[in-house]
Amino acid sequence: MKVLVGQGSCGIATGAKKTANEFEQQIRALGLKNVTVDKTGCVGLCFLEPIVDVYNDAGLLEARYVKIQPSKVSDIVNKHLIGGEPVRDFTISEEDQGFIQKQEKIVLRNCGLINPEHIEEYIAVGGYEATRKVLTSMSQDEVIEQIKESGLRGRGGAGFPTWFKWNAAKQNEADIKYMVCNADEGDPGAFMDRSVLEGDPHAVIEGMIIGGFAIGAAEGIIYVRAEYPLAIARLEIAMAQAREKNFLGTNIMGTGFHFDIRIKAGAGAFVCGEETALIASLEGERGMPRLKPPFPAQKGFWQKPTNINNVETFANVPFIITNGGAAFAAFGTEKSKGTKVFALAGKIKKGGLVEVPMGLPLKEVIFGIGGGIKNDKAFKAVQMGGPSGGCIPAALIDTPVDYENITKTGAIVGSGGMIVMDETTCMVDMARYFLDFTRKESCGKCNYCRIGTKRMLEILERITRGEGKDGDIELLEELAEKVKDGSMCGLGQTAPNPVLTTIRYFRNEYEDHIYRKKCTAHSCTALLTFTITNACIGCTLCAKKCPVAAISGKIKEKHVIDQEKCIKCGKCEEVCKFNAILRD
Amino acid sequence: MTCKSGNGDCGCNGADFIELAPVLEKYAKTPGSLITILQKTQDIYGYLSMDAINFISENTGIKPAKIYGVATFYTQFRLKPIGKNLIMLCKGTACHVNGANMIEEAVSEELSIKDGETTEDGLFTLNNVACLGCCSLAPVMMVKNAEGDETFGNLTKESVKEALREIKRKEGAVK
Repeated sequence: MKVLVGQGSCGIATGAKKTANEFEQQIRALGLKNVTVDKTGCVGLCFLEPIVDVYNDAGLLEARYVKIQPSKVSDIVNKHLIGGEPVRDFTISEEDQGFIQKQEKIVLRNCGLINPEHIEEYIAVGGYEATRKVLTSMSQDEVIEQIKESGLRGRGGAGFPTWFKWNAAKQNEADIKYMVCNADEGDPGAFMDRSVLEGDPHAVIEGMIIGGFAIGAAEGIIYVRAEYPLAIARLEIAMAQAREKNFLGTNIMGTGFHFDIRIKAGAGAFVCGEETALIASLEGERGMPRLKPPFPAQKGFWQKPTNINNVETFANVPFIITNGGAAFAAFGTEKSKGTKVFALAGKIKKGGLVEVPMGLPLKEVIFGIGGGIKNDKAFKAVQMGGPSGGCIPAALIDTPVDYENITKTGAIVGSGGMIVMDETTCMVDMARYFLDFTRKESCGKCNYCRIGTKRMLEILERITRGEGKDGDIELLEELAEKVKDGSMCGLGQTAPNPVLTTIRYFRNEYEDHIYRKKCTAHSCTALLTFTITNACIGCTLCAKKCPVAAISGKIKEKHVIDQEKCIKCGKCEEVCKFNAILRD
Repeated sequence: MTCKSGNGDCGCNGADFIELAPVLEKYAKTPGSLITILQKTQDIYGYLSMDAINFISENTGIKPAKIYGVATFYTQFRLKPIGKNLIMLCKGTACHVNGANMIEEAVSEELSIKDGETTEDGLFTLNNVACLGCCSLAPVMMVKNAEGDETFGNLTKESVKEALREIKRKEGAVK
């Protein structure tokens, strides 16, 4: 039997390592000879971590245990591993199974099934067959043709056709070309690439080998965020194993094709997601974008033709080659083919990683798979595309998730972050949050981006502090257009999107802040008032805990908050055991 | 390996960066390696001192101004030493929506430091980071120290304080 403990970053954060250690110790102590403990990547059910799968000797899943803390291990060991009877109290519920069953997995096909640190397991599920097929029986043009037929578009955010980029890089003659994988997943609230790299690094490596062959490159570089140490470690292991098996290196599989990959750890700059900035960073410079053309396919890394694709794009490639472009194109809509991985997070019941066919309505993703809103609050909006995207309101929940339809709403599909917001999320504050991010991350090259985002942020900060003035909304809109037009790269061109979409769909919230000095989500501290209701029994706890002594009242009598003194810290609300503090 | 000038003429005060020798040997002559060199330097010393920047300049031929420019462009690099435990507090979107500001307040209450500051006893440094990528466990923080890194998820004001106290207790036991 095999005990498989999910150990992606999320799993480890919830204690999966301790759980795995506990299994190992108990199995060793009991001298169980026929049981092995192994690890795997993220299966996407982040809300149920740590997850433990038990497989029998025939390789069939006997039970999927969820939320397994070390204290539950002995029951599983005694009743299941020894007794042969799965512990039904700990297994995944029927309802939660639906989270997986409603998905369509291409990119995540191996995540949570194989041990990413053992190349044999990847090979056992058909790994490196696509590489063999390409190197032994296909021409460069045939590979590109398959990608074209698949309709694969860049998964990093822009949605540019992959075959077109490959073709351009192929057609530019040069002695050296480079194949670069952009793993600088910078959008806050997105973790698709991390999970793929941690759970199935070989799929990305294989995609790069195939892409390298197609454009005629012998060198690949993976540019990974330094914040993803586990992804880097697993990639290093995977690359070393691939070299050993001669899937990387010189004369791969005896075909005369040479290709190797190295890792470059990024140093933390959101703008490096932009191609030309990423290239500058690879060259050891400040990651500042430059004008295009020349495009990277013409003059990229060290002035040589360079092709850059995102992690998820590469992970799709082996599937396309093995099954044919048409099999991939069978999923999705007319213009958006295949599947897309989304990182579902925020105020959602079942947060995690989901892969769905393009064109599925948002409602299906959020309510069908994600189970709806945490604590059954009202759904307000979903943010897609991170700092470059926008907030899609509840009224548009039937929008199909594909490049065209999402763009129409003012947001973008982006790299796949999907942050769900409920009635307690203030939309003005969300706009402020993203502007704060882009303002910090602006490289400073273009005036409109550098100064414009700062001015916009100042206005938004004023509004959330309750100091908004008549004309602020119009000023924001005007600045937003100027920043879009006056910026050279995608960062500045899209930075105003969160502001524009929130004004478009939630203008009333801006007006409430500015004219009524109210935050209807009860989130902007400066606009709150705390009062004590009749539920107060006079326990005096709030009066004791108030840091500015703003609460007075006799014991066993209703207390009162002095609004002049109150600093709106919310301490009274936090400590009150009788729900007697009203936040308005 | 000491500084080539040996007498501090280059501005490095003749400091001995012996641990950097293998790094520079491997990367000094490879174009485009500046970020890698700075990352390795920070791994060894915990931060980039002006002496270290001058020393790297002397050995690579890259001007100190340019090295400083690169070091200040990327958020990963620090020009000041940090405490034994680096708290990386996630301020990603999911964490923001789930109350990361409250967690930051709790850390500040417990340790009396703000973003970018180090406690007086040198035990903790607080750094807000853009996103740790554990969004479904929001709010999240990662604590890095000599033993590795540990991620704490689904934080509340209480649980974050408790986690920090636990580290304090451990540190106390080691002393």
